[in-house]
Amino acid sequence: MADTKKKTTIVSRRDVLKGAAAVTGTAILGAPAIISAQPVTLRYLGTAVNQSKEIAQKAKADLGIVLEYVPVTTDDVSKRIITQPASFDIADAEYFQLRKLIPSGNLIGMDASRIKYADRITPVFTRGEVAGKKIGDQGTAPKKVFYLEGKNSTKFSASPTQWITLIPTVYNADTLGIRPDLIKRPIGSWSELFNTEFKGKSSILNIPSIGIMDAAMVVESLGLHKYRDKGNMTKAEIDLTTKALIEAKKAGQFRAFWKDFNESVNLMASGEVVIQSMWSPAVTKVRSMGVPCIYQPLKEGYRAWAAGFGLPKTLSGKKLDAAYDFINWFLSGWAGAFLNRQGYYSAVLDTAKAQMEPYEWAYWMEGKPAEKDIKAPDGTLLEKAGAVRDGGSFEARMGAVACWNAVMDENDYMVRKWNEFIAA
Amino acid sequence: MPAATRAGVWLRRLTSRAAAPYWQAAPLALVFAFFFVLPLVVTVIVSFWRYNEYSITPALVGDNYASVFSGCLAELPGLCLTFKTYLSTLKFCVLAWALTLLLGFTVAYFLAFHVRSLTAQMALFLVCTIPFWTSNVIRMISWVPLLGRNGLVNSFLIGAGLTREPFTWLLFSDFSVVLAFVHLYTMFMLVPIFNSMSRIDRALLEAARDAGASGWQALWNVVVPLSKPGIVIGSIFVVTMVMGDYVTIGVMGGQQIASVGKIIQVQLSYLQFPLAAANAVVLLAAVLMVIAAMTRLVDVRKEL
Repeated sequence: MADTKKKTTIVSRRDVLKGAAAVTGTAILGAPAIISAQPVTLRYLGTAVNQSKEIAQKAKADLGIVLEYVPVTTDDVSKRIITQPASFDIADAEYFQLRKLIPSGNLIGMDASRIKYADRITPVFTRGEVAGKKIGDQGTAPKKVFYLEGKNSTKFSASPTQWITLIPTVYNADTLGIRPDLIKRPIGSWSELFNTEFKGKSSILNIPSIGIMDAAMVVESLGLHKYRDKGNMTKAEIDLTTKALIEAKKAGQFRAFWKDFNESVNLMASGEVVIQSMWSPAVTKVRSMGVPCIYQPLKEGYRAWAAGFGLPKTLSGKKLDAAYDFINWFLSGWAGAFLNRQGYYSAVLDTAKAQMEPYEWAYWMEGKPAEKDIKAPDGTLLEKAGAVRDGGSFEARMGAVACWNAVMDENDYMVRKWNEFIAA
Repeated sequence: MPAATRAGVWLRRLTSRAAAPYWQAAPLALVFAFFFVLPLVVTVIVSFWRYNEYSITPALVGDNYASVFSGCLAELPGLCLTFKTYLSTLKFCVLAWALTLLLGFTVAYFLAFHVRSLTAQMALFLVCTIPFWTSNVIRMISWVPLLGRNGLVNSFLIGAGLTREPFTWLLFSDFSVVLAFVHLYTMFMLVPIFNSMSRIDRALLEAARDAGASGWQALWNVVVPLSKPGIVIGSIFVVTMVMGDYVTIGVMGGQQIASVGKIIQVQLSYLQFPLAAANAVVLLAAVLMVIAAMTRLVDVRKEL
């Protein structure tokens, strides 16, 4: 008995060895194929906010493309694109930056015929419309910088062409965040930011090109001046806006300014500030800390922003193909649903809708009361059943956009005046 | 002389004993040249270039410097942006310097003359480094729950009936900026002063006492002069750090207080590299002037 057993063992071991040899043989023969099928790595330049682990994991699983995130600040995205265009394979930049990025010639026009969902991108970008209605286009509205005259052109085209500057990833409409528990009355206008009732308890963001537009919303709603274009002021308008800011600062209106996402959360959650310009995820963060905070819709409308994927001129061959594959995948629904669930908006709405539960879509996009608890993609509870999203539906929010983040013609002068405001 | 012989002479010169110190200094000199002198030269060169929103072009124009000082004459007796910013920075320099000197000197004196055991000295030194155990940003953000409107200090003051309304000047103010500087930089004053003090011959203090000097007289006439190199080195540390700082002033001042570093940072973020370079050169000149003045008071090299 023992003998047989031993024998069997030996035989089976031999089999194993044979098998192993066979496997090794195939592996050696198949080696070139394996090398050529090695996953393509795309270096993804952008801000950390959009670079989620989940998207990288899902892209790897669905496409076999490895995303190598290069997280930098918004300012550094432009700096990198202009000074080191070979240091990334795909860039996630903001539309307002395009006015300095495109003239550098470092980004190429993306071929719309290779973007599967190009014709289904929301008309917010292509025509500046929401549900057939024109929306505010002051500032660098995406429709002004969406198309290029040619693949390597450095000129924007007013009419649609085959060459797209950036394929939208996320966009949103910004407004003021408030602490309803400390203000205890309804807020309905941008002018409240300068209301002496909130003296020493208000804040504005210290990013000159964005801060000055928030200030312009206030100036306009106070009836001090009507701008032709808040995103492209004349020198006189810049003077007038900074003068209003300096007066408010000297009167002690502001508690602090913020530059960083976490600073704005901190100011609001600690109660140092009760009304301030804010970003939507920051409001969500304050709320998830158990502190009441509202992203208040205002009658003058929103200041909107949008980001998108751009390709560097250095990209070619397999990496270029992979970049197009990744962008097509990004627009195909899963990523869009993932972003919509965080309170952003995605580029192709119907593909994202297919990936969301009907109750989620109703809450995030249609402005209806939540049927069930609303959870973030990571499972944390965002809103209890019955809650309604601030600002309501997609159409109500994006339809009320007044202006877009921008780079002005008088940018130098504006930065200088902003520095004077900070020093005042 | 044939080429081969000439090469031989060079080789002999290079390997001779006299050349040894140059070889020994070469690695550091190279690192210094590459990572310090070269970038500095580039900064100075770029400060004369032209720029637009997406590119910089070589040129030799004074536009950037004119922009740095624009309005400085026209706005007199009012202050232009640059003068106002430097004045504010200078104010922080003086305040931070005076307070860190007072604290640093006192603590160093205590550590050097009153703590006898080396172990105790080491332990107390470690205590002084506690502020550096966490990151800059976290350390500064954690002042908010302490000094904020609803912070510990205000809750205590209101609870004790000392004030009705919370003091808002505790945070996002000149006060909080200076407080953070003192908190951060006292260590840089303390260490060099302690180093100087620990070298003072104790016999000198005994001699002073034997000669009838009071404690204060011995301190003023013996300890202070002999600690001067440490004081100057510490002062150089503190002053240069405060002059170039924008993170502390930004966070603790609630971004409402201007600093030269912040102006440079904003200009960099708008890709105005030549303008930022011009500002950096002006800042460098200002800092060098301050240091020159300080080293004129004490010849650090001689004292070491």
